[in-house]
Parts: sequence; C-alpha cells; structure tokens
Amino acid sequence: MEKQVTSLHSKLLKKNRAEMADTIADTRRLFTKPQNLNDAYGPPSNFLEIDVSNPETIGVGRNRYTTYEVRLKTNLPIFKLKESSVRRRYSDFEWLRAELERESKVVVPPLPGKALIRQLPFRADNGIFDDSFIEERRHGLEQFLNKVAGHPLAQNERCLHMFLQDESLDKNYTPSKIRQA
Amino acid sequence: MSFFSFGQSADIDVVLNDAETRKKVEHKTEDGKKDKYFLFYDGETVSGKVNVTLKNPGKRLEHQGIKIEFVGQIELYYDRGNHHEFVSLVKDLARPGEMTQSQTFDFEFTHVEKPYESYTGQNVKLRYFLRATVIRRLNDISKEMDIVVHTLSTYPELNSSIKMEVGIEDCLHIEFEYNKSKYHLKDVIVGKIYFLLVRIKIKHMEIDIIKRETTGTGPSVYHENDTIAKYEIMDGAPVRGESIPIRLFLAGYDLTPTMRDINKKFSVRYYLNLVLIDEEERRYFKQQEITLWRKGDVVRKSMSHQAAIASQRFEGSAASESALEQAAKEESG
Repeated sequence: MEKQVTSLHSKLLKKNRAEMADTIADTRRLFTKPQNLNDAYGPPSNFLEIDVSNPETIGVGRNRYTTYEVRLKTNLPIFKLKESSVRRRYSDFEWLRAELERESKVVVPPLPGKALIRQLPFRADNGIFDDSFIEERRHGLEQFLNKVAGHPLAQNERCLHMFLQDESLDKNYTPSKIRQA
Repeated sequence: MSFFSFGQSADIDVVLNDAETRKKVEHKTEDGKKDKYFLFYDGETVSGKVNVTLKNPGKRLEHQGIKIEFVGQIELYYDRGNHHEFVSLVKDLARPGEMTQSQTFDFEFTHVEKPYESYTGQNVKLRYFLRATVIRRLNDISKEMDIVVHTLSTYPELNSSIKMEVGIEDCLHIEFEYNKSKYHLKDVIVGKIYFLLVRIKIKHMEIDIIKRETTGTGPSVYHENDTIAKYEIMDGAPVRGESIPIRLFLAGYDLTPTMRDINKKFSVRYYLNLVLIDEEERRYFKQQEITLWRKGDVVRKSMSHQAAIASQRFEGSAASESALEQAAKEESG
C-alpha cells in the first residue's frame, strides 16, 4: 500500500513541476556588457547649447535695427568650431528659415512674429525697439535656434553652419550638404 | 383572425448538450461591448437540441421544413452584402408538414472543422454560429447562436531572437534585442536596448504594440493600425554603453494570435515599435514584426486530446484509435 501511494505521489509531483515549467516564463534580464566608466561618467556626446542674448539697436531714426548675439557651445563633431559667437538680426533668421524649408526635408518651426503693426508710426511705445518686445523676440529666436540646431537633418545643411558660425552671412552662397569624413 | 397576427407564431431556440460543462469566453462584439460565448476548438463536435415552442398551443404551425446550419463566415464591413462562407453544414430536422404541439429536435455536427479563430475587427469580422430555421412560405422563423473558436498552436520549433543595429548616421546608433520572434498571448517580451552612439538629446523611450488589420486584395487594400499598448522603458538621457532592459508582460493586453491571409480575405499582424523621443519632441522609431500565437491552457492535456479528436476526422483509422487511447491514458495517469 505504501509503495502505491508514494509512486502516485511522485507522478503527481512530476506532472505539477512539468506543468509549472510551462506556465512560468523566464523573465531574467538579457546579458549586457558592463559599461566603460569613462562613458558612464565622462561628458555626454550630445552637448549643444545655443544662447541668443545682448540685443543692440544700431543706427539712427528710420534706419535703425536690432542685432542679437548668437553664442554656441558644443562637442558635436559636425560643428567646425566648438565655441562660436556671431551677431545676427531678425531678417537673417528669416533667411535661415527660408533656406532650411527649401533645401531640407525638415519641418521648420515658426519664428516669433514679424510685428508689422509695431512698425507703423504714431505709437505710444517704442514699436519694435520696445524693451519688452525685444525680450519676447529674443526668447522666441533662442527657442527657434535650439529646436532647429538639434535636428539631425538640419545639421547637414551648409546654411545652418554659416548662420551659426561664420562671421557674416553670404546670401549668394551655393546651398550644399555637410559631409563628414 | 388574430389581432397579433404580425407576430411570430412560434419560438425557436438552440441549446447545446454540454452547456453545463463547456467553457465560455469573452469576445468583443462589433459595437465594442464584450459578451460571453461558448468556446470550441477545431475538430470538436457541436451537438444539442432545437426547441420549437408554439405560442398558441391550439393553432397548427404549417412549415416547409425545419433545419439547423453550422456556419463559419467572413464579413467585410465595406461589403456587407457578400458573406464569405468557409464552413457550411446543414442538418434537416423535419420534413415539410405541420406541427400541432411544441417539439424538440436533436442535432449533431460531428468533428466539425473550424480552421480559423473567431475575430471581430475594425473592418472585418469572422464568426461561427448555429442557425435553426423553421422555413415558411412568407417569412422564416430563425434563431442564431454565436460561438467562439480559438485556434491553438504548439511551441514553435524555431524561435530565434531578434537582434539588430539601427540608427541615424553620426547621430544615434542603437542595438535592440528581443528574446524571441514568436510570443504566445501570455508571454513576456524580454529584451534590451544598447546605446552605441548618442549625439541627440533623448528625453525618454517607449515601446508600443501595434496591431495592423489588413483587408482587401489588389488595388483596394485597407490597413487599420491600432496602438494596443504604450509602455515607457526609459525616462532620461542615456549615454554610450548604457543598456536599458525591457520586460513587457503581454497578458495585460487585448491581443489575438497573428492571422496571415485568412481565407485570402484579411490579415492581423502585430509589430513592436521602439520609439525614442528627444527634447524637442522629435520621434525616432523602429518597427519590428512579431508573431503571436495562442497556447492551450494546459498544454500537454489539451494538445494530445485535440490531436486525437482531429485525427478522428479520418474515421476508422488505426492512428485515431490509438491517439484516443493515449489521450485517455495521459488524463488518468
């Protein structure tokens, strides 16, 4: 009698174990290579900072215009200079936006407004040279550049690099793509 | 002449013989609700009784015959008129005549082939049902009873992992790995994402399960994409050399097995979509198809039993006799 009971019992145990092996999935993590400590604690490879600041209004009377400092800091190999600073005006930004729309497949974000109404005469404030307006515009231009400069496709366009890092814009340039070695 | 002569003079209903013991499962109806239906597998016998109850016991019911049909059909929503029947069986229960009292008829559809799984989708529906009909000159009295069919598979012999290196030149290189290419519906997707090059500012990463239902052939093919699940696997910016683990339990989602070219009418396929989102909300993604299959509840038991029943379709064969014996032994042993 004892023998019968134990053999039935072990059969049941075997069956249970086999069925449980079917139902419990193996969820252990896949093997991963340990990370190199320099990679883990070193500077990241995606460092890119662009600031638009120091607005300056140049000229007199009706021929006045405002320029902004565009400062760039990066460790991305696609940028020739790891640090650069240039001065640009609003129409330069408009030129860049038009070039990118035409030359690349990027959906280019909008610029802050053109504020044509502010350019009409007989205003109570300073129109487009009003401090709060310039600050609003400065902020919008900074947002625009950060959005665009981080786009992998926009980074291939010559016009972007010229805008960010060349002393002056050559609007008669030949559009081209940047190729890395 | 009865005042309610426009109503039906008899009620007809269908009752299965194993209604007490047979399992019921939830299945989505066309309008999105979930109802419970009897569950059948390929090769199982469908048997029961048809009750025809006369509403006015005194009045005779004249008819042109009473029958019961077992139908499996595919219905494309944009072509409702044409039902594509892939299974159509009929049993005559009574010859044309008249009924003077309520009657019950037995029926049995033996070892019925049910090759495809029941499916209710966005543009197509595959269903199985019993339809009992009292045929009359002007209008038939009929009743339909839907059942649900599940198709079971065994563990695939070959189930290689999916491992691939993808990216954007000089910007982002990753290697993704999923532990299998075929997953059952209660399985777990175990994988990892290894970052080889990160020159963009990643904000987070998620993995989506996408169901694609394809209907139609040739020039008029419709694809319906539905994101079944979105599961965030990483929050924050990774650097080179980091591995992000993936552990996604499929049992929590409303999934069906992969269906390829069912009766040449439709397909239902599943894809894993790995999505990386950067600081400017730009999305980088890689889609990869996986095969989903349905495992039997208690694999060993139901598979051999099902195989035994299926083999019985070739009646009288020695194989079917011994398969049934084997199944009986395993159940008791």
